[in-house]
Amino acid sequence: MLCEKCKQRPATFHYTEIVNNNKKEMHLCEVCAQEEQVGHIHFHFNPSLNLSSFLAGMIGPGPQSGNKVMPHEARCPRCGLTAGELGQTGLFGCSGCYREFEPQLGTLLRRVHGALRHTGKVPGRGQKKSRVLRDIEQLKAELQDAIAREEYEKAAVFRDRIRELEAGLDRGGGDGGA
Amino acid sequence: MGLKETVSNPYSAWMRDGASDGDVVVSSRIRLARALADYPFPHRLTPEAAEEIVHAVELAVKDRRLAEAVGGLELSRAAELSSLERQILVEKHLASPAFFQGPAEGRAIGLSDDESVSIMVNEEDHLRIQVLAPGLQLEQALEKANVVDDALERTLDYAYSESIGYLTACPTNVGTGLRASLMLHLPGLAITGQVRQVLATIGKLGLTVRGLYGEGTEAAGNLFQISNQITLGRAEEEIVQNLVAVCRQIIDQERAARRLLHQERPEIVEDRVWRAYGILRYARLLNSREAIQYLSDVRLGIDLGIIKDVSPSMAWTLMVLTRPAFILKYGGELSPHQRDVLRAGLVRETLAKKKKK
Repeated sequence: MLCEKCKQRPATFHYTEIVNNNKKEMHLCEVCAQEEQVGHIHFHFNPSLNLSSFLAGMIGPGPQSGNKVMPHEARCPRCGLTAGELGQTGLFGCSGCYREFEPQLGTLLRRVHGALRHTGKVPGRGQKKSRVLRDIEQLKAELQDAIAREEYEKAAVFRDRIRELEAGLDRGGGDGGA
Repeated sequence: MGLKETVSNPYSAWMRDGASDGDVVVSSRIRLARALADYPFPHRLTPEAAEEIVHAVELAVKDRRLAEAVGGLELSRAAELSSLERQILVEKHLASPAFFQGPAEGRAIGLSDDESVSIMVNEEDHLRIQVLAPGLQLEQALEKANVVDDALERTLDYAYSESIGYLTACPTNVGTGLRASLMLHLPGLAITGQVRQVLATIGKLGLTVRGLYGEGTEAAGNLFQISNQITLGRAEEEIVQNLVAVCRQIIDQERAARRLLHQERPEIVEDRVWRAYGILRYARLLNSREAIQYLSDVRLGIDLGIIKDVSPSMAWTLMVLTRPAFILKYGGELSPHQRDVLRAGLVRETLAKKKKK
């Protein structure tokens, strides 16, 4: 039997489609079957759209008012990632970036997840540590303010205090839950 | 048992027969993405810091309760694995393709003895905890992943925000860091031409469909991986229940399509199944694409009771066995033609052995 479509090559794919009790038979060669995408299902469901380029587009300023547009050179003080780099890769550099690039985050999360708040699992140790972590968060905010105001001596004090608290967490956490 | 066993045996515990809804659901998978608070995300780590993390995880997996829950967990550094071993881990779904792209330094993978738990260190996130289970067992897999997660968290300091949850390198994973997936075998929907329509609907429900080996891979062998897309704003249990509820409907449709096909056009289904079986049983040349398609047909035949003397898991074991890396493992450096010869031989032998029992 020759292929129904090209009428040149032998038909090796015999394909029956039943849609609402209407039967449709096709006899195709391998080449035409590939084109028709029957027999083997070879199509991609996820066209190779680049995720990072999508995200990068979303990280830009959102439509809602009140969102500050961040300059490309805005930088995470912890890992050094710039807003420009974030826009290119769609990946954050460290957990601190989530705070640093917060102005863009809301729009992004709403577009990707349709939500802004986590309602799932809470780490076990997190509850015990939460106060210390909150203190650290606050100190980090103050540290950034100090850096912004170019008060580097003050910033160093904040930085040392943060390190101290973080070290304390590490020491205190080793036997957690035992 | 350990990594050497893992890479020489095509059979994984999650392939075992008799799992719930195993006629349609091949496997359930839970993945948790976790980041450590004190380090930049992996794509911005220095080699020294990456090594520190591997070391910290090495200590963390020795946790007594972790060992009790999952058996021993052995950590191997990616740099110490041959390219063949790496490819086999990907083909067995124990590591992602992305894990072995880029430099291997500072990356490691932890594997439990039964291959149900794997932990990738320094993939896109510092930790990717994965639990695999046969059939429809997503809730149980989540429970197990939580045990591993809790155990690791006793020694590792996770990056967590009270407002947006677990922080990850990519904001698409933030919140729960959870990707729940079911691998479905849908020959009935594929043969009756409904598969595209069914799967297109899934996108509207916050779920995604991928091929056999994850993002960007094609749907070979009528195998489709269905996962949640949204990780923030829903609790883990809710994400899992939502995925299961949607997949339940696909499972029902797949079974209806198989029944309809077998009742209305038994000769077409039986012809397809026995042709596939005949080719696998007697072919002398078999490429990997053919193998996976015919194994899908044979598996359909087993599930419909057309083929009675081959176990269902045999089809999946052969699917792993006939993937390129395993063929390479058995045959070494071969030309494509020699590989097809070897693949056909392995399949023939395996099916013949089964016959005698």
